[in-house]
Amino acid sequence: MSEHIVPIRVYAGVFLALMAGTTLTVFAAFHDFPWQFNTVIALTIAVIKATLVVLYFMHVRYSSRLIWVIVASALFWLAILFALTFSDYWTRGWFQVM
Amino acid sequence: MEEFQIPPPSKVNYLNAEYGLKSWLLTKDHKRIALLYLGSISFFFFIGGIYAMLIRLELLTPAGNFLTSTTYNKVFTQHGIIMIFFFLIPSIPATLGNFLVPMMIGAKDLAFPRINLLSWYIYLLGGLVTIYALLAGGVDTGWTFYAPYSTTFSNSYVVATGLGIFISGFSSILTGLNFIVTIHTMRAPGMTWFRLPLFIWAHYATSLIMILGTPVVAITILLLAFERLAHVGIFDPAAGGDPVLFQHLFWFYSHPAVYIMVLPGMGVVSELIANFSRKNIFGYSFVAFSSLAIAVFGFLVWGHHLFVASQSVYAGMIFSFLSFAVAIPSAIKVFNWSATLYKSSISYETPMLYALGFIGLFTIGGMTGLFLAALAVDVHLSDTYFVVAHFHYIMVGGTLLAYLGGLHYWWPKISGRMYPEGWGRFSALVVFIGFNLTFLPQFILGYMGMPRRYHYYPAEFQVLHVLSTAGASILGVGLLIPLLYLLWSMRYGKIAGPNPWHLPGLEWRTQSPPLTENFAHTPVVTWEAYQFAPFEEMEVVGKFGESRAEV
Amino acid sequence: MEQQRAAGTIGMWVFLVTEIMFFGGMFLAYTLYRNAYPAAFASASNHLDITLGAVNTAVLIFSSFTMAMAVYCTQVGKRQMQILSLILTIILGLTFLGIKTVEYSDKYRDGLIPGKLIPGRPFNPDLLTFHLLPGASIRNVEMFYWIYFAMTGMHALHMIIGVGLLTVLLIGSVRRRYSPEYYSPVEITGLYWHFVDIVWIFLFPLLYLLGRHLAHGG
Repeated sequence: MSEHIVPIRVYAGVFLALMAGTTLTVFAAFHDFPWQFNTVIALTIAVIKATLVVLYFMHVRYSSRLIWVIVASALFWLAILFALTFSDYWTRGWFQVM
Repeated sequence: MEEFQIPPPSKVNYLNAEYGLKSWLLTKDHKRIALLYLGSISFFFFIGGIYAMLIRLELLTPAGNFLTSTTYNKVFTQHGIIMIFFFLIPSIPATLGNFLVPMMIGAKDLAFPRINLLSWYIYLLGGLVTIYALLAGGVDTGWTFYAPYSTTFSNSYVVATGLGIFISGFSSILTGLNFIVTIHTMRAPGMTWFRLPLFIWAHYATSLIMILGTPVVAITILLLAFERLAHVGIFDPAAGGDPVLFQHLFWFYSHPAVYIMVLPGMGVVSELIANFSRKNIFGYSFVAFSSLAIAVFGFLVWGHHLFVASQSVYAGMIFSFLSFAVAIPSAIKVFNWSATLYKSSISYETPMLYALGFIGLFTIGGMTGLFLAALAVDVHLSDTYFVVAHFHYIMVGGTLLAYLGGLHYWWPKISGRMYPEGWGRFSALVVFIGFNLTFLPQFILGYMGMPRRYHYYPAEFQVLHVLSTAGASILGVGLLIPLLYLLWSMRYGKIAGPNPWHLPGLEWRTQSPPLTENFAHTPVVTWEAYQFAPFEEMEVVGKFGESRAEV
Repeated sequence: MEQQRAAGTIGMWVFLVTEIMFFGGMFLAYTLYRNAYPAAFASASNHLDITLGAVNTAVLIFSSFTMAMAVYCTQVGKRQMQILSLILTIILGLTFLGIKTVEYSDKYRDGLIPGKLIPGRPFNPDLLTFHLLPGASIRNVEMFYWIYFAMTGMHALHMIIGVGLLTVLLIGSVRRRYSPEYYSPVEITGLYWHFVDIVWIFLFPLLYLLGRHLAHGG
């Protein structure tokens, strides 16, 4: 967003990291991890990839504080949607109606 | 205050700068777009009002003998849909907001004028699709479209109506987007955040809600439509789906939506209270931050619509607590408005009457909301007329009164003419009396057990229903009179100068009606918001019948 | 001009916030139903073509790179590379849509289009070849496909719009409308395109990969 022009090598580096992440997540998907770790690993890799895209491809790393706040707010509101809805679904059946 | 010189008014203003239908339908001027919205919103309000009249007529007698049950279902559904999506949500932001936001910050227009015009066309398109659905046969699911009735069992025009609402949601989003970007990037030199009028803070907060909430109802409506086409059972318990999921997704938007409806009204009331008592708002920063707090907290309470919908009791407790918390910023505003009035120089022109009415009626509406936020009480009151009365106190007693107050207050700026003050005060009184007669009995009805969305009822409820319908007729008359005299005043009203109320706001420091570009020269702001003379120097306002307006 | 560019970027970010909330609702529905019916969702997911999904992911990531290059070239005034990058991005976007079409027609062939969306061809997979994990019910498999089509369909719609926007940019670039002094439209279209990529970055593991570790050999 600012006048800052991101050098090509940064874009190339992010691109390679994204491809590596994709390969990694596909291979990890076939390996059976205990508990829910398959999901955790897949989501972690996805979040890292998304973060790289947001920070470098979308220039947020070089952007004003307002843009950071806008991005953070979107994520926070998504979290509200998920968290409070889960507060219903995950606590059903805890309380036995007489 | 006198450092700012208003240039001699030019004969050219935004109304006569260009003539012809094309100059209006293809305008980029935020003020003309505001008037386009004013016309279309009034049209939809009228349609919603007709549905209201049908409801009240049916409820005059205990038997359901005026309308069939299905028709009655359609009537209250459509009353809700039209009033909420096509009147209340756009009302103040799209008319007063569009007109005043650039002027109050000292800008020539909004950040994206063409997107502003696009938002009006999108609103119209959504309205037309919805009207088509109404004429083709209507929708009977309740404005809340609960599954699985709406997805599976209703034979009415759910998809078409949903499409109309979906389309109009984009109008809301684009308006909010425009306001946010404008307020961030186009304030005049010297207009810092804490010199902004509270009207701007309120609209900023409203825009946040529009941006963050509307997309969720958009996807909810799309999923509903997709389900009606696919018949998989995504919200159907028989197929493993959960109807409560629909309610979660729907109310995630629809609760904050009520704050979209009331926050701009609060912004108007802040302007009216400060300006008609000639005193800076008590606790300006508290009121400003309370608008933001309402926007944030408003997103945390939607589960209070699901208390009796088999939501988990633990979630119910969380949402109940948060619902009590969201009342706090609203209460802060009411306290601060009241403190502003104390030891001030109050005059009782029409806008102030509406503002005072707002404070009282919104307080009643808000407090009855607390009743509903209490889990145990809600079990008794849910889906009764208590709820209906509660939200009408806020929507009509609150938002509608603020809208009327704002329209009257800024009418000289918008049209260059004054409305007739005597008729204004008379209508305000009629509206107030009619409104309370309509909805106060409904609290009692609800407490006594009258369910909502029913058109036949036990005979012992009839007296209260008759009172309510009588009140509705009076309210209707009280709302028609301003329509008539405002239109009349555009031609025959007294010419108003740039600042007929003698106020310090930036919008009053340019001619009435304004130039297309609002200000002849970009203003440089060196004063605080609501900078009035000290109390000792204020002029004494005499009898109730006097007005400060100088024409 | 700087203020207008800032306004444009802020405006696009505010719009992307609405898109995040829009897709967020569907992700919520996915999460809840996946938790409710893990075996059915895993079975259904395993039936998706992981190769096509992975290739599509790579295609989109590459297109994000070419899009970033297009913005860079506009900022430094390299018009030829700018046009080439835009063309590449469009081609990659169309490739993604093409592969999606192949996937969708495979679903049609296998009778996996949910419910009665296609009149005359209701959801009716061949249960002999469709491997159901223990505990999975075919009704909930159908729900997976409902969510799959809703989410990838909405994503594809956004891609189509994106390709349209890129075409407008391409025409504008050929006509020399964009330069180091005026590159805002390229930049904000880039923001939109990257967002669509990010949605897919989440869709791919959640839809295609969730049950592979249970498939005992994939």
